Amino acid sequence: MSGKGVGASVPRTEDDRFLRGRGQYVADWRVPGTREVAFVRSPVAHARLRGVRVPEGCAGRVFTAADLVGVKPVRAITSIKGFKLSSEPILATGKLRFVGEIVAVCVAETRAEAEDLAEQVELDLEELPAVSDMLEARRPGAPLVHEEWGDNVFIETVEDRGMTDEVLAAPLKITREIRTARQCMFPMEGRGALAFFDARLRYLTLVSATQMPHIVQLGVADCLGLPDSAVRVISPDVGGGFGYKGLLCREEVVLGWLAQTLGHPVRWLEDCREHLTANANCREHHYVVTGYATREGRLLGVDCVAHVDAGAYSVYPTSAALEASMVASLIPGPYDFRAYRCRSAAVATTKCPILPYRGVGRTGVCLAIEAVMDGIAREIGVEPHEVRRRNLVRPEQMPYDNVMGRHFDGGDYPESLRRAVEGIGLDAIRARQARGEPDGRLIGVGVAIFCEQGAHGTTVLASWGRPVVPGWEQAIARLTVDGDLEIRVGTHSHGQGHETTFAQVAHEVLGVPFERIRVMQGDTLYTPFSTATWGSRSMVMGGGAVAEACRILGERAKTIGAWLMQADAADVSVSEGCVTSASASVTLAEVARAWYLQPQHLPPGVDTGGLEVTAGYRAKRDSGTFSYATHAVCVAVDPGTGLVEILDYVVVEDGGVLINPMIVDGQIRGGTVQGIGTGLFEAVPFDAQGQPLASTLIDYLLPGAADVPEIRVLHMETPSPNTTFGAKGIGEGGAIGPPAALVSAVNDALRPLGVELQGVPLGPERILEAIAAAARKGGDA
Amino acid sequence: MKPVAFETVRPASLAEASRLLVRHPDAKLVAGGQSLGPMLNLRLARPRLLVDITGIPDLTTVSRTVDHLVIGACVTTAAVEDGRGGLDAVPMLAGVAAHVAYRAVRNRGTVGGSLCHADPAADWPTALAALGADVIMSDGVSGRTVPVAHLITSAFETALAPGEILVRIRVPLPSRDARWSYVKITRKAGEFALANAAVLDDPERAILRVAIGALRGPPLVIEDARTLFSGPVSAASLDRAALAPLLDAAGVDSETQRTLHLTALSRAADQAASSSRALAS
Repeated sequence: MSGKGVGASVPRTEDDRFLRGRGQYVADWRVPGTREVAFVRSPVAHARLRGVRVPEGCAGRVFTAADLVGVKPVRAITSIKGFKLSSEPILATGKLRFVGEIVAVCVAETRAEAEDLAEQVELDLEELPAVSDMLEARRPGAPLVHEEWGDNVFIETVEDRGMTDEVLAAPLKITREIRTARQCMFPMEGRGALAFFDARLRYLTLVSATQMPHIVQLGVADCLGLPDSAVRVISPDVGGGFGYKGLLCREEVVLGWLAQTLGHPVRWLEDCREHLTANANCREHHYVVTGYATREGRLLGVDCVAHVDAGAYSVYPTSAALEASMVASLIPGPYDFRAYRCRSAAVATTKCPILPYRGVGRTGVCLAIEAVMDGIAREIGVEPHEVRRRNLVRPEQMPYDNVMGRHFDGGDYPESLRRAVEGIGLDAIRARQARGEPDGRLIGVGVAIFCEQGAHGTTVLASWGRPVVPGWEQAIARLTVDGDLEIRVGTHSHGQGHETTFAQVAHEVLGVPFERIRVMQGDTLYTPFSTATWGSRSMVMGGGAVAEACRILGERAKTIGAWLMQADAADVSVSEGCVTSASASVTLAEVARAWYLQPQHLPPGVDTGGLEVTAGYRAKRDSGTFSYATHAVCVAVDPGTGLVEILDYVVVEDGGVLINPMIVDGQIRGGTVQGIGTGLFEAVPFDAQGQPLASTLIDYLLPGAADVPEIRVLHMETPSPNTTFGAKGIGEGGAIGPPAALVSAVNDALRPLGVELQGVPLGPERILEAIAAAARKGGDA
Repeated sequence: MKPVAFETVRPASLAEASRLLVRHPDAKLVAGGQSLGPMLNLRLARPRLLVDITGIPDLTTVSRTVDHLVIGACVTTAAVEDGRGGLDAVPMLAGVAAHVAYRAVRNRGTVGGSLCHADPAADWPTALAALGADVIMSDGVSGRTVPVAHLITSAFETALAPGEILVRIRVPLPSRDARWSYVKITRKAGEFALANAAVLDDPERAILRVAIGALRGPPLVIEDARTLFSGPVSAASLDRAALAPLLDAAGVDSETQRTLHLTALSRAADQAASSSRALAS
């Protein structure tokens, strides 16, 4: 083989342009006559909007809700029973519900001039009390975000499975209360869109930095009252997404309306303040979780009350229900127990909506359940990893249906844990702790283990009540006249390297030289419909579809090739770019030339679909793949500054068969860095008036190169029994484990001081306050 | 995040720059623009005129007298980091410079600009105050000299009068055996400090000076810091009880803040004690 098929660490095709600064992002598109757009945004968290005063002489340049006649609000529904609908107007009317909500739009030659206009627009507001905290929002008498609901709850989910009095009377009862900060996903490229009417193809064309062009196409068309066939969405190179670009933006709808109404192109590029405050945040959870266990630390059951701060509106297409219902279903983690109760609520507050961020609910959930494990370990006096080991699903139980009915498709969870503990060098760290540090810092070690459902199929998504349920993921494969291969997919790479990995898959099936395979994506005009790239699904679904399309294309080539060689089609095979019989072979280029240019040489009854195939793929069992990983971290905590330094970090990951191990390592490292951000740095606090307090990168800290250790990645490989090549979804895992591992490690370090922290991020003030509080308590005792 | 419309001028002389400032009360001086730039983009600063002083030759020169290093206000932090043009005469400066933001900012950002921006959490006010530096200010006609510690009157406010421009920074040359350290506590490399502190121990000149920064206002400078230490300078000899009222007076009102400042100073004391001879031979 060429060494470029499945399993090869092929350098990324797209890196040539990315690393030379030749990527083509939204901001790089140039359409003559484009004008720039700035938005007037709500300065307050909660107010009645009594009026909008547009300055004199600004007609045709400033637009408010009153101008958007017939434009429908964003309504992200779910069929889950009891879900309360929020209707998000494209431009605000009636009430403002978060700082940054769009009230008006201004159009000018330059962005600076558009911002000048925006400054002159006056809002007549009657301020209402903000609802900044999700627990406060549930108190009786709390101000209502949506008055017609009667409370501030989008949806409450209740799970109750197998809980008995016996479990509740277990000898150990460990409760932890955990809060995770509200974060902002921060891809290098923010959002942005360019809209214009294409008179030749008669499309309203939207060039947008999105993960899901077809979903945006549907959403924009729906809001503007157009058929989806009137809208084309191009998603060019996208500089990271992580979920941030997985929604329909009101801004995209406004731009579409402006382009239609004004007849010239318009563009909006999100600035950093809009990015941090106004579009979408993520991750803000609160848990009270209790584990019931035996004296030996064997978990019998778990009880949890979880809250997710969903912000003011339900976003399209994921809806405000997604995260809270995921939380409820994921708390059991990789553990084997049969009694479980969870009450989870998605709470509306006067803050911007949340979106699922890489790992989605799992990051907080992992932190919650691992805190219980650490609590049990403290209580019974054994190593935290040992408590985990006693409770993990064992390999001989696989495939395993957990208490929530999740179908774990295979793997050896205890072995992953063992390798991580060995990899981090637990014994040496314990010895080092006993010696103490010359600089007075305290060393700690932590582990976290999780499994990760990815590539959820139709059955799962339908059961979640999603308005858009993925089905047969499709790919188009076409052999060109010269025997090159064109692949078109509906998923969209926003950094994952699909141009490389999908070409590896096609190369594996057909043997067309890797360099002669072109992967095309990100344009609703020429790619198959897809819910696109989210939920660690692209390689399993899109890759499966590419393989299937190539397989069928190979069958067609075999028929023609066999005829050209005067062989029986049953006796030939396709490999290394040729159709080969026992005695002869013809290249795929020769096959293609016969089809396109010399049809007189084609066999009778040849498939008139020719050398272009659209094929669909679903996993044999579509309940999702289950990657799993253990994260182990060694930290040094400085009790004089409250700062945490990561000394060593090990990830043991099983993602099934890896298509491109180098890319997977990059995914794991990148995700882990984001998880470190969650664990140590990132937070958007709000004051009591609902003002976001991190509106620049001075206040919103992201982990930088100097803050991140060398992350050592070790692999295990348990092929999925249900997918092509045995691949599993792997894109999100890195971001799930770090907060749990870091909290565990910092608590291990601070244990001699009597400190146990819950929640993230672990900033210096939180750590210093906890140390001071423990000292006061110790002093009193 | 685009600024309001403004004009820029690049005068060739100090007198002209000063005249422009007097004539246009809403004008702003700009040198490296590393703090002003973001403030313009956020529209927190809305000048109608920017007076770019980087073209004034006097402001970019470095010279040395018998007992001072004299640094033009528009000398960049990167030049200090690299010790270019004689800036290595006070070798302590390069170590401070190397931790100001990150290199791209240091390439444009100036020492004078940082002082005039008067961010309490910045590096230069604390470090230069500990070194006993003065600033020379001029309105184009006459000049005056004030200690760095008195330039900053409160957060983001300075003693500069209308039309007055910071021209030079005068740093006393330390003795060969002077010991020094500057400690900065940040959450991330290159961020503004949560706490910072500098110690200059120069027995030959009979100086033991301490500066504590990242407070609410100007740095707290303890000219004669012998009273703070019960013996030779070290963390162990630091009299925390003596420092506490000084921090209180400087507006430190939380226990964690107090801990951070104490840690910064303790570590600066230890590092000064263990520092090798500060001056290159």
